[in-house]
Amino acid sequence: MSAAASIVRVQGVSLRYGDNLALDDLSLDIPGNRMVGLIGPDGVGKSSLMSLLTGARAMQAGRIDVLGGNIADAAHRRAVCPRIAYMPQGLGRNLYHTLSVFENVDFFGRLFGHERAERHARIAELLNSTGLAPFRDRPAGKLSGGMKQKLGLCCALIHDPDLLVLDEPTTGVDPLSRVQFWELIDHLRARHAGMSVLVSTAYMDEAERFDWLVAMEAGRILATGTASDLRARTGAGTLEAAFIRLLPEAKRQSHRDVAIPPRDTGGAQEIAIEAHGLTMRFGDFVAVDHVDLKIERGEIFGFLGSNGCGKTTTMKMLTGLLPPSEGEARLFGRVVDAGNLDTRKRVGYMSQAFSLYTELTVRQNLELHARLFHLPEAEIPGRVSEVAERFLLGPVMDALPDALPLGIRQRLSLAVAVIHRPDLLILDEPTSGVDPVARDGFWELMIDLARRDKVTIFISTHFMNEAERCDRISLMHAGKVLASDSPAALVERGGHASLEAAFIDYLKEASGLDAEPAAEPQAQAAKMRAQPPGPAHGRIDRFSLQRLFSYTRREALELRRDPLRGTIALFGTVLLLFIMGYGISMDVENLRFAVLDRDQTTLSQNYALDLGGSRYFIAQPPIADYDELDRRMRSGELSLTLEIPPHFARDLERGDSVRIGAWIDGAMPTRAENVLGYVQAMHQGWLMEQARRHYTGNLPISLMTIETRFRYNPDVKSLPAIVPAVIPMLLMLIPAMLSALSVVREKELGSILNLYVTPVTKPEFLLGKQLPYIGLAMVNFFLLCALAVFAFGVPHKGDFLLLTVAALLYVTSATGLGLLISAFTRSQIAAIFGTTIATTVPATRFSGMLDPVSTLEGGARLIGEIYPTTYFLNISRGTFSKALGFADLGFSLLPLAIAIPVILALSVALLKKQER
Amino acid sequence: MRALLNIFHLGIKELRSLGRDKLMLALIGFSFTGQVYMTATGVPESLHKAPIAIVDEDRSPLSSRIANAFYPPHFLTPAMIEQYATDPGMDTGLYTFVLDIPPDFQRDVLAGRQPTIQLNVDATRMSQAFIGSSYIQNIVNGEVTTFVEGHRAVATLPVELEVRARFNPNLSSVWFGSVMEVINSITMLSIILTGAALIREREHGTIEHLLAMPLTPFEIMMAKVWAMGLVVAVVATASLVFVVQGVLDVPIEGSIGLFVAGMTLHLFATTSMGIFMGTVARSMPQMGLLMIIVLLPLQMLSGGTTPRESMPELVQNLMLAAPTTHFVALAQAILYRGAGFGIVWPEFLALLAIGGVFFVLALGRFRKTIGSMA
Repeated sequence: MSAAASIVRVQGVSLRYGDNLALDDLSLDIPGNRMVGLIGPDGVGKSSLMSLLTGARAMQAGRIDVLGGNIADAAHRRAVCPRIAYMPQGLGRNLYHTLSVFENVDFFGRLFGHERAERHARIAELLNSTGLAPFRDRPAGKLSGGMKQKLGLCCALIHDPDLLVLDEPTTGVDPLSRVQFWELIDHLRARHAGMSVLVSTAYMDEAERFDWLVAMEAGRILATGTASDLRARTGAGTLEAAFIRLLPEAKRQSHRDVAIPPRDTGGAQEIAIEAHGLTMRFGDFVAVDHVDLKIERGEIFGFLGSNGCGKTTTMKMLTGLLPPSEGEARLFGRVVDAGNLDTRKRVGYMSQAFSLYTELTVRQNLELHARLFHLPEAEIPGRVSEVAERFLLGPVMDALPDALPLGIRQRLSLAVAVIHRPDLLILDEPTSGVDPVARDGFWELMIDLARRDKVTIFISTHFMNEAERCDRISLMHAGKVLASDSPAALVERGGHASLEAAFIDYLKEASGLDAEPAAEPQAQAAKMRAQPPGPAHGRIDRFSLQRLFSYTRREALELRRDPLRGTIALFGTVLLLFIMGYGISMDVENLRFAVLDRDQTTLSQNYALDLGGSRYFIAQPPIADYDELDRRMRSGELSLTLEIPPHFARDLERGDSVRIGAWIDGAMPTRAENVLGYVQAMHQGWLMEQARRHYTGNLPISLMTIETRFRYNPDVKSLPAIVPAVIPMLLMLIPAMLSALSVVREKELGSILNLYVTPVTKPEFLLGKQLPYIGLAMVNFFLLCALAVFAFGVPHKGDFLLLTVAALLYVTSATGLGLLISAFTRSQIAAIFGTTIATTVPATRFSGMLDPVSTLEGGARLIGEIYPTTYFLNISRGTFSKALGFADLGFSLLPLAIAIPVILALSVALLKKQER
Repeated sequence: MRALLNIFHLGIKELRSLGRDKLMLALIGFSFTGQVYMTATGVPESLHKAPIAIVDEDRSPLSSRIANAFYPPHFLTPAMIEQYATDPGMDTGLYTFVLDIPPDFQRDVLAGRQPTIQLNVDATRMSQAFIGSSYIQNIVNGEVTTFVEGHRAVATLPVELEVRARFNPNLSSVWFGSVMEVINSITMLSIILTGAALIREREHGTIEHLLAMPLTPFEIMMAKVWAMGLVVAVVATASLVFVVQGVLDVPIEGSIGLFVAGMTLHLFATTSMGIFMGTVARSMPQMGLLMIIVLLPLQMLSGGTTPRESMPELVQNLMLAAPTTHFVALAQAILYRGAGFGIVWPEFLALLAIGGVFFVLALGRFRKTIGSMA
């Protein structure tokens, strides 16, 4: 092949994750217009190479040219990304699980800028040819693994890529779906001449059909060539054998062909698993339909079936994770009961999805599980290293699971499942994504466990060669067991050539799929070819509203699918406005006070009565002595105590100067200041009253009067002052929290990849996500205003248009702030916590709600000056209470408007367009 | 014994998980140091730099004497303005107070004609409005009296009111603000850590894994309660000792040990609340919203922001069910007033009861919903 024909050219590329070298000075030319397979064990760098050449991950060293340009160059990436489609490893990882099948594909179509008619035609074609058309409206999260992969493929193919990159697309997919998947790819390649496909796979039988193969090992290339080349070079009969021979000496030695000693079936066997009429219904949907099972101790029992046929549900019922709707399951003769811990100890369970702690290292995970199963503490280190050795985990003991390839994670899961030497292993697709050598290693181990230790193994798998190793297998479809027997008997029964053929036949028969379903799609494909090529290629705008709205639509759909979230947002704020509006009161009143009256005359009692008569104070039983005074003040019962000295009345009569002592509880300074003010005013009043009685002459007691006018709120009611201040606070906290999780959630669940590999730009991504939340927040705003005016009776005196414009700018900043936090946090917990910190204190303390910003100091002042709440609060109070409009408060709009681009620019700067 | 071991090991796992999230650790650190410092020192004394303007239509020695009586830190140096500037100045929030001294004020005072000074107060700034107007009245009264005393005798009664603030003689808001901020952070962090950690386990499928093992929901829940409670207790105590007592130099009257004991009970209640919320919310975005909605009233209405006595009776009674109300009360009693256990035991009892109720509720819901979490 000539260099000109190569579509991908890799030169001296290295990639490190921490200390871990994933790719080691790798160079490779991948020819175009072919189906190229990347094969090799887990963790040799296949996925890393793929994510680098699609531009999803940032380059560290070396150079990769893809479609005639350097992929490290952002401009080139933008130009070619519509010509590349990338489907990452893991079932449906880049899909949106709450969106339906159609909406998922539609989302990608919009991202690539297809017109409506073309998009719909393409979607219809893709869904038809993949057989997903009947499930058009089903949420992606409810699809089976195989269907998810097909949907992922539809999403990848919507824009007619020139280079299709598939990372283990058929891992975890049942044989029938796998066959259909490859047929689909063949059709697509036939249709779109010149499309290159790069696939990684763990199935060697699949690799046989690829045009050209790249065998990898430890971040380097072992060999390249066609399948027959490789076989010829190694002199092996099958590709699998050829691959094993290509491996370095050390690795090859550990591998032996798996031999299965016959099971000792003599004598009465204990029954390990027994199920009668086991049924599980989810609503109308019958996931498992009267399944009967009887598995003897020490048996290896295989569970085969299409994706979504109920295998996993059956397994969960056997472990007690799901209580069956009907029927019963027994383990070792005892009915499975979620409360029975002893039975659980005898079972090792490995679920399909990786469900170990990604925050703990491999070693910590193993130790944790050993401890939870109560292995004696002294045995644990030995057991952990024993298991680590058996499952070849030695080199990764201190790595975090997230940094490990799928295959090694699976090994870790299996290691965890056996660490406590269970009597029964329930393994849900344990070898999905595991390379052939490691898989054989597993089987040796399992056979050893079954034959020697009489461990019963209940295993589901999609690998036929594994099924052949089982003592008995069951074929399951649509919740029912179709057939149960030894593999050999099943093959014989239908007269099939292989177990795979027998299996596919059973499934086709059961699902009524007899004819090849490809005829129709081909006709459609012909139709499509007649159409002019889509606008996706060549026309990449730097900013596209359609892409932006694509994200808006997606976000809005997700919000709509989760009505609880919208409800909490709307009704929660209403509730909060009620609680806070009534609860936060600035009138300090009902203060408890008591008197230590050491005079006990009419005059001294009169003094105390005067205070008790005010609405600010409530008299408590009098105090007897200093000890009591101290105790009652310490407990917080009294905010004020008065001490009237002995001979108070007598001294006053004589005209001697008298001192009344007042003790204020200073624990809460604001309250204390208020008490101080009240008590002084009261004292003055009392003095005047007394003076009037004593000096009956015309001596004026007061020299002047001060007339206090409380403006804007003449009755000094709390509500009109508080409600306009609570609205800005709520419109900051809730919208920010709504948007805060939207980006980090995609990071945590994996769909952030779509930002990396599609033409969408960071501003489009952020703004698109922001719009629905701005909309929701505005609804919220109107709701709060209506509530304030109609329920609280707080009149809105000023220009409502001004308030609305300000609110729009304000909630844009608020949601933007949430996105900003979302852009740099990595976990959802940190995003929640960060948002709470970044909104609660600034909005409630530093923005003038209680204390005007001009009175703040230091960092609080600085934050108050730049925080949007300050300005919106000013406008809210101005329009609600002060009857103001644009002329008076228009200037406050400016800081609100400035905040938006500043926040957006920061978010764009912090968000990464490539994984690092 | 086995249960205890399980709870211990699961708790260690929680601690390790948290330790892995460096950003989260940084945020926790900030909320107990920087934020406490900023809030305590940034939010001023009750009356601090209040913006005031004076319309002096008298222009006499007495009126300028009054104007000179306003100065920082309680007030900003007054702006001397014309009468027409009053309305726009107050409308835009430039001045909270405008004092209008009428023409011939001094003459009328000396002649005993009892003239009237007008004081305009922006009542939307509630906290400043009340305290400020009583300060201003005292200041003006004092200045006028002193001025007049220089000219002739003034009849007054010889009764003096000697006011002293106990527990915080200077009414320093740093004392109050710092401790309340620590308390707010304690509540916020403990709810987020437990609630969100539970949702996270559900979203990552690890809950299912735990349930397939010989563990009970009680053990899983207890592990979260102790581990997260411990984290918060340690950080909060450190913050109290090093930031509040150390850097901010706030004298602490009572026993920190007793306060930590109260905090432990409070954490028992809030972590249980967090778990309860984690079982109600179905996803992290829901959890975030739910948390804000619960946290805000817990913080604003606990008595740590505005005095409890002033709240409507209904709100006061409702808030008795909130752990923060009792925690704020006991914290104020112990830390400021040096109260001993003999005084604060009712709060301890209330926290224990609230914590117990939430724990039982959370455990019940956790057991019930755990099947659907897998």
